[in-house]
Amino acid sequence: MKKVELINVSKSYDKQVDVISNINVTIEPGEFFVLVGPSGCGKSTMLRMIAGLEEITGGTLKIGEQIANNLSPDKRDLSMVFQNYALYPHLTVQQNITFGLDVKRMKKDEQKRKAAEVASMLGLTDYLARKPRELSGGQRQRVALARAIVSETPICLMDEPLSNLDAKLRAHMRSEIRRIQRTLGITMIYVTHDQVEAMTMGDRIMILHEGKIQQIGKPIDIYNHPANPFVATFIGSPPMNLAKAVLDETTEELVVENELRIPVPGMERSKLPSHGMTVGIRPESILPLTPEQTGGVKLEVTTTNVEVLGNETIFSFHVGTEEWMAKWSGQWHIGIGEQLPVWLEFDSLSIFDGEEGHLIKKTVDQSHHVVQQEVVE
Amino acid sequence: MNTTGSLWKRSVNGRTALLYLLPSIILFSVFVFYPMFRTIYLSFFLTDQAGNAAINVGFENYQYLLGSSEFQNSMKATILFVLYTVPIGIILALFFALLANEKLKGIGFFRTMYSSTMGVSVAASSVIWLFMFNPSIGMFNRLLQTVGLPQIQWLLDPEWALLSVSMSTIWMNVGFSFLILLGGLQNIDEHLYESSRIDGAGYFYRLRRITLPMLSPTLFFIITISLINAFQTFGQIDILTKGGPSQSTNLIVYSIYREAFVNYQFGTASAQAVILFVIILIVTILQFKLGERKVHYQ
Ligand SMILES: Nc1ncnc2c1ncn2[C@@H]1O[C@H](COP(=O)(O)OP(=O)(O)OP(=O)(O)O)[C@@H](O)[C@H]1O
Ligand SMILES: [Mg+2]
Repeated sequence: MKKVELINVSKSYDKQVDVISNINVTIEPGEFFVLVGPSGCGKSTMLRMIAGLEEITGGTLKIGEQIANNLSPDKRDLSMVFQNYALYPHLTVQQNITFGLDVKRMKKDEQKRKAAEVASMLGLTDYLARKPRELSGGQRQRVALARAIVSETPICLMDEPLSNLDAKLRAHMRSEIRRIQRTLGITMIYVTHDQVEAMTMGDRIMILHEGKIQQIGKPIDIYNHPANPFVATFIGSPPMNLAKAVLDETTEELVVENELRIPVPGMERSKLPSHGMTVGIRPESILPLTPEQTGGVKLEVTTTNVEVLGNETIFSFHVGTEEWMAKWSGQWHIGIGEQLPVWLEFDSLSIFDGEEGHLIKKTVDQSHHVVQQEVVE
Repeated sequence: MNTTGSLWKRSVNGRTALLYLLPSIILFSVFVFYPMFRTIYLSFFLTDQAGNAAINVGFENYQYLLGSSEFQNSMKATILFVLYTVPIGIILALFFALLANEKLKGIGFFRTMYSSTMGVSVAASSVIWLFMFNPSIGMFNRLLQTVGLPQIQWLLDPEWALLSVSMSTIWMNVGFSFLILLGGLQNIDEHLYESSRIDGAGYFYRLRRITLPMLSPTLFFIITISLINAFQTFGQIDILTKGGPSQSTNLIVYSIYREAFVNYQFGTASAQAVILFVIILIVTILQFKLGERKVHYQ
């Protein structure tokens, strides 16, 4: 277990444009830290800088207590799983797994014992004598994983290791990696662009966009309280609905897209700025209107698209110029072009500053929390 | 009637394939198979001046050759030549390719330079080497002179002539081998090296356990080609030494040429050609048998 600390780290390939800038983060010992962001945002670059495969052009990298900027990759005490596995095609699975041990001149039978141990942990025992090309994608991925685990380094870096697998195997490998990381207490830095992986695996998530940190935090906190509209739309599926809004001072209402008027409770009133804002609401917070429903804001929408996904129904509609989506659990018989009454609450809105994009008002935590507490008590 | 009809029908795929192959079959027949069989045929005959078969002598041409000291000498020179040029040429090309594969500023210039000998014809480069080997005005002897070493009759001394020709041949062939090997090196996935660097593997460990095994198909290819090329060397001999001095550089292809077009002995020349063909065949088969076990194909 070792911590990894990045202080003001930046990276530029051409000495002009920074592809990564101002990265400040401390990854705690034994933590599962997920790096997530859209394609080309600099995730791999950051991982490769930590591994020592890419020069750090600004700032300080600390591994453990040691400054590691100019440390060679093998002195950093880490292992890495490459996005494309990087298995040696001419070596057997066994030789692939023990490559690093052989470099370190470990005794042959000791190597064998360790390889066998890790192979059985990952269900590779039957494949030890095969070449990588004789394995399926999932088996190869496990060999890559075995290679990282067998080295018993305190830090492990993984670059989108599950991106080539089918949904079922991916789900299986997700829990497998998580289990191994927990049992061995590895400090894990895990790159993905898949938000489901990020949400389910990470102790903490860092969201990167165009080389800049957007938010760092626990998955659920990021989901509930996204720091800016980018994070709001990046995490969650379908993404959070966004729209421009202004405050109507006279009626104390939030006017969304000149169409939807939401009354602002008294105590919230003073927090809202007088200039433009962006409001966001999760699709599952737009609810079906029932006869007994009293509070909240009601609105009549015309559906433009409907998708029924087995246990949930997603439909979209227009609010001004924006297309919003709502997600209702269960199967709903809704036609396209149908008029539908829905309602939402001021509490479930996230409000961002219209210019700088930072979060002004969080959503208020809702019912599920209460249910959980009851179970505990 | 019925059976022939069904045979005609059943062979429809074969006939289609044959039709597609026809152009290359014709080309190969005219330019490869006919000359080859004609050579084998002629090797059993004594010929007249025009190269027409005159008297069938059976295996006498071969018997004569195997007993002839001239032919034995030619074989010896050829084998020495192959041993001088192939290993050194490939090791040199591999060394240059490894150097040129490093990521350095301006490496493109060196890549061009190292492969440039490929762009010079055998005739042109032989003439240049002829000048450099010249005992009185040549660069090599001038160099020896300034260092204070005794002069060497590069192409005129029977001790030195084969070495000199080998030297120039290595230089001529290194460009091609270099280019092929460099291509092989660049095909190796960069991530393999990165992964091994994280494990702490040093340069020579990487060379031994990653580069050479991954390069083995390319190496195998270039060794085969180089061997065949070396056995078939002709141009530089014709320009540099004409087989001399005292037969020391009379390589087998040159000896075939002399036998056929200077002495008009097409029969024995053909027999030599057949022997050369068999030797190359055996070497190539041996190489495939031995090499295949060590070569890793993707
Ligand atoms: N060797 C390089 N030279 C120049 N620019 C590079 C190099 N490698 C990456 N980049 C640039 O740096 C940026 C970040 O690339 P990076 O590979 O880190 O993205 P990523 O977040 O891993 O994306 P993905 O999810 O597609 O893998 C990109 O804009 C890319 O074009
Ligand atoms: Mg990447």
